[in-house]
Amino acid sequence: MDLLNALVAFTNFVFVPAVAYGAQLAIGALGVTLIYGILRFSNFAHGDTMAFGTMITILLTWWFQALGVTFGPLPTALLALPIGIVLTALFVLGTDRVVYRFYRRQRAATSILVIVSLGVTFIMNGITRFIIGTEEQNFADGERFVISAADFRAATGLAEGLAIKSTQAITLATAVIVVAALFWFLNRTRTGKSMRAFSDNEDLALLSGINPERVVAVTWIITAALATIAGVLYGLDKSFKPFTYFQLLLPIFAAAVVGGLGSPVGAIAGGFVIAFSEVMVTYAWKKVLGYVLPESLAPEALVQLLTTDYKFAVSFTILIAVLLFKPTGLFRGKSV
Amino acid sequence: MTPRNLALFAAVALLFLITGVFQSWNLALSILNMAIVSAIMAMGVNIQWGYAGLFNVGIMGFAALGGLAVVLTSSQPVDGAWRAGGPGIVLGLLLGVATIGLAVALYRRMPKGLPRTATILAVLVGGFFLYRAVFDPAVVAVEANSPEAFGNIGGFGLPALIAWPMGGLLAAAAAWAIGKTALGLRSDYLAIATLGIAEIVIAVMKNEDWLARGVKNITQLPRPWPVPQEVDLQKSQPFLDWAGRWGFDPVLTSSIIVKLAYAGLFLTVLLIVVWLSERALQSPWGRTMRAIRDNEVSAEAMGKYVTGRHLQVFILGSAVVGIAGAMMTTLDGQLTPGSYSPLRYTFLIWMMVTVGGSGNNWGAVLGGFLIYWLWIMVEPMGLWLMGAVTAGMTDGTWLKTHLQDGAAHMRLVTMGVILLLVLRFSPRGLIPEK
Repeated sequence: MDLLNALVAFTNFVFVPAVAYGAQLAIGALGVTLIYGILRFSNFAHGDTMAFGTMITILLTWWFQALGVTFGPLPTALLALPIGIVLTALFVLGTDRVVYRFYRRQRAATSILVIVSLGVTFIMNGITRFIIGTEEQNFADGERFVISAADFRAATGLAEGLAIKSTQAITLATAVIVVAALFWFLNRTRTGKSMRAFSDNEDLALLSGINPERVVAVTWIITAALATIAGVLYGLDKSFKPFTYFQLLLPIFAAAVVGGLGSPVGAIAGGFVIAFSEVMVTYAWKKVLGYVLPESLAPEALVQLLTTDYKFAVSFTILIAVLLFKPTGLFRGKSV
Repeated sequence: MTPRNLALFAAVALLFLITGVFQSWNLALSILNMAIVSAIMAMGVNIQWGYAGLFNVGIMGFAALGGLAVVLTSSQPVDGAWRAGGPGIVLGLLLGVATIGLAVALYRRMPKGLPRTATILAVLVGGFFLYRAVFDPAVVAVEANSPEAFGNIGGFGLPALIAWPMGGLLAAAAAWAIGKTALGLRSDYLAIATLGIAEIVIAVMKNEDWLARGVKNITQLPRPWPVPQEVDLQKSQPFLDWAGRWGFDPVLTSSIIVKLAYAGLFLTVLLIVVWLSERALQSPWGRTMRAIRDNEVSAEAMGKYVTGRHLQVFILGSAVVGIAGAMMTTLDGQLTPGSYSPLRYTFLIWMMVTVGGSGNNWGAVLGGFLIYWLWIMVEPMGLWLMGAVTAGMTDGTWLKTHLQDGAAHMRLVTMGVILLLVLRFSPRGLIPEK
């Protein structure tokens, strides 16, 4: 019984939150990795693209709610999400047209593009704060839980409860759909194949008649969609705040780099590696250990390796440790 | 210095003069002081990026380490803190370093394989528990030492001027450790690793209360030698007589004199750093650096020791940033780890170098002055502009309130637009490399 309790406590406090967070990071990191693979620079504006897309979705959600439109037990934000994606994609394509295309034509160095993306970060960050303000926004509605802790306890008779928030279930379901769709697109469609060819060898791809502008445009659209989805899922699960989203850039970069920049599989693996290490290192293990260990050995302290304030530190320590042994990440990323 | 560059510097000087004449000299001088600090940080970035092409986006971390050095060097010793746990903390840290050193040595010495992995893991895990066993009680003891006012280990009570080179040294030591581990990484991988390392530095400073009280902040750090306290000036009879003779307001004048004294000190440091950097850039060493930056492979083929030079320049640049960070903390008189953000302390500094002209020391200095002035002044200008735009609207309407509230955020948009415009139309910066 105690072992079961320990398992439930572990699932409730570590496994489920880490899986949801990992899925959000993975979708975010996929966007970073795609841009790196095709456009060949680290996009510092990705966190703010997420914030921008989420902001648009929130505004649409409020509008829907004002009109009385809801999505039954699911959050209204999911209804607004497709429109949010379209608008974000248009905005991102606009930045490509106005800003990035010039440097692409010049074949500017990667580092110049990174600094350019810093400029875009400043602008998008400012726009988001200007439109929606700097405060925290909660926009999740619909059912709160798929399984609530009380129901679980009543059904199983265990002392520990297992709660699965509906946002966590939605995150996981969406992540599976998104990843499946993305991989189908990259591996099975003509456009997807041309993107991979372009990423592997730009000159060869150009020689075989692939239109680079089209590849780049499709990449930006997919990235905008991924960023908006990741941002909305994170916002539903926790809450939306422009500054938090800017900071999300750190674990997302860490995930993309740990997996290997330019490798989609790596981005997904990286997302879960980062999420699990963050949650496990900052979780207080007292409860779980209390069930597993005999009474005499049960810990009195919290058994928390590091406080939650260290979560970014954890992701980057993992990142550096991985890079020391595999300088281009777990899945052999590119380096330009 | 070509006439064009002189004109650019004169134009930026004019911006400060205009602020002084039309707003207040107090404001102009406080912008100037931080602008000098920013210019020195920009020189540090320029040494790494402009000379050697190292993409370090961990500037914030080195600036914060400089600030930490100020607390450890120049704040007053705390009664009983050292006795409570000082030796334990030092021993604990040494044990931690020894563990890592041992693990690295084993990794290098032992043949590859399962035994090596197992031994290293055992050393690391065992070392970690040993370190926590020694370190934790000492930290608890130090933090329990009059926690409302102190709870930190305290400083050496040395003069603030000594704290600045100490800031450089601390940043240099950190840069050595980071460079040893991370400099092998390529372009963007290095950038992201340094971005993360800076976050780790800030996380440590926020949470290790024994070090500098964490987010409870350390205030009232001492001023450097010639800078007086405003209250002392206002009490001194000769000063009051002098101000009275000229008809100055004593309170305002004392604050301006303090800022002028800081400006003098900071300018001295800036000129020393510029002079040394210019000498270094024009020396054979500087030419080697640029050769490595422009073509690493051929420089290596010419027998240049690329890894060593990279480490050297990484340490030097970080030390300059650390000195600037220390100067900033002394100027503020307090260390507030919560106030460090990558936008302000990394990306803005990078923007200064890019806009000013990377690879050119004078460019970095110009960029530092110009961008910092804009960073401060864009906000009031945005407010004024929004005031003008919304003047015709009725008071209290939703749009008017929203626009006026949002005006403060125009700062970020403006900075981004400036960066993009410079990169587009003057990609090598205002004062390009020769």
